[in-house]
Amino acid sequence: MTAAAPRVAADGLRPPEADGGLAQVFRRRYLLRLLVRRELKARYKGSLLGLGWSYVRPAVHFTVYFYVIGVFMGMDRAVQHFPVYLFSGMVLVNLFTETLHSCTRSVTGNAPLVKKVFLPRELFPVASLLVSLVHFLPGFGILLAASAAYGWRPTPAGLGGAVLAFAIVVVLGLGLGLMCAAVNVYFRDLEQVVDILMIVITWTVPMIYPWTHVRDQAPDWVLDAYLANPLVSAVSLFQRAFWFPGTRQDFAFPPDLYARAAVSLAVAAAVLAAGRLLFARAQRRFAEEL
Amino acid sequence: MSSDATGGARNGAAVNGGGADVPPSIVIDRVSKRFTLRHARSIKEMTVRAMRREKLSETFNALDDVSLTVRPGETVALMGLNGSGKSTLLKLISGVMRPDRGRVLVRGRIAGLIDVGAGLHPELTGRENVYLNAAILGMGEREIRAKFDQIVEFSGVQRFLDNQVKFYSSGMFMRLAFAIAAHTEPDIFLIDEVLAVGDPPFREKCLARIRELRGEGRTMVIVAHDIRMLTQLCDRGVMMRDGRKVFDGDVAEAGALWREDRQARRLAATSGHGGTPGPGGTAGHNGTAS
Repeated sequence: MTAAAPRVAADGLRPPEADGGLAQVFRRRYLLRLLVRRELKARYKGSLLGLGWSYVRPAVHFTVYFYVIGVFMGMDRAVQHFPVYLFSGMVLVNLFTETLHSCTRSVTGNAPLVKKVFLPRELFPVASLLVSLVHFLPGFGILLAASAAYGWRPTPAGLGGAVLAFAIVVVLGLGLGLMCAAVNVYFRDLEQVVDILMIVITWTVPMIYPWTHVRDQAPDWVLDAYLANPLVSAVSLFQRAFWFPGTRQDFAFPPDLYARAAVSLAVAAAVLAAGRLLFARAQRRFAEEL
Repeated sequence: MSSDATGGARNGAAVNGGGADVPPSIVIDRVSKRFTLRHARSIKEMTVRAMRREKLSETFNALDDVSLTVRPGETVALMGLNGSGKSTLLKLISGVMRPDRGRVLVRGRIAGLIDVGAGLHPELTGRENVYLNAAILGMGEREIRAKFDQIVEFSGVQRFLDNQVKFYSSGMFMRLAFAIAAHTEPDIFLIDEVLAVGDPPFREKCLARIRELRGEGRTMVIVAHDIRMLTQLCDRGVMMRDGRKVFDGDVAEAGALWREDRQARRLAATSGHGGTPGPGGTAGHNGTAS
């Protein structure tokens, strides 16, 4: 293996793939910007609604959850301002699932490019993450407007928590996304697994129902496992920031929420480090496997 | 300078160019590359093959202990029949693939005309594609802006610049792709089979551009099946056979060897012995290796 060889020799000779890695993505940010723009433009080209489609899916999800869970099953009466509660979790969960979904397909979807031109391959998952962030922004704007309409006022602790929650989701999403993108090159089955996982993720965070239902109905070890999920902390923090201040403030969040969230961020950072390492190793054989 | 250098490298012994004062721009040092062909990918296929006692995968050497040193300003023709490993070698130089054994070192910026058009996105307009593809090939924003008019003029697609590329004829598509790649001004230019496309006038223009780039002292490695053109364009020929370098020296001599090989393969094909010119031939794996 050539890994031990110095990256650049005195006479300027270097291995051609020396320009790879996650750090290089930042150096090629102009290309990254163009890739994101291409993704946004190309995905909805030729459809009448265009970028509008990125609103339709969450709108339908929201409507179904609100009527079935909120109205028919009575959650609307158990949780004050249920629409805001639901939506504040949903924007964050959508950001995560969309990142994971598109990262998983990012390398296989750019197969012709990966096989023909040498680029830092990390560009593709990072571009997918940025596209998801672009889709997240309008939803977040709607959330702010809706919360304000329900009497929300920003609090420093709440906003700090929101930043923490956002960081958890982005770091964890990119970390898992890098892993999934790399593994999917070798086993395309992963695309299916990730799609199924998205349903599981939606229902294993306190987005559609409050976490207290798990506390009251499930055994202790299930509750422990449930609360250990970094996404549970992230969603709770978003609700704490954007839903809670507008309510009667009698809702009990999971114990040690901020401490758990800090641990979650550390876990997410570890996942990102692992994903980066896995991707860097796996990408050496991308051109052959695709 | 080229005739001296090629004479010395002829036996493949002068890997590090003994005595030459200019540092080389490409060093390929005892490189081997082995490919695995998987016959079965799904569990079902694997069980069926296992029950029939057939092999699940085969490996073959795409490159076997190849060494080559290219000095700055040289124009090298890589020759060989399909499956002889010349495209694999080009991919190793570009960094798209990594060698299993040995090392590849390069100096300066590399750009490849390896299946140009890999970076063109059909849903984007010609204008958007110029920016995107030029960025993929390593140009910065300012550089692209400065060369934009030149690229467009060279491609001759001015009228359709704001149309989506998917409506382009294949000739226009290739012309645009070549125009972008030909203006990247790399130190090392890799060209694979692209000169076979386009109408005769445009082909002449491409050749003129390549001569111009050669005149500027850029290093070039060219793969093509048009031996007559290669003989005119290059000053050094490397002949590949079954993943091994069999000749390195005068381009006309390399061309003569290529004609012999082709003759042998044709004879073998007409007499019904498969298409393998010699023992352990890899003709059956053409698609993957070339």
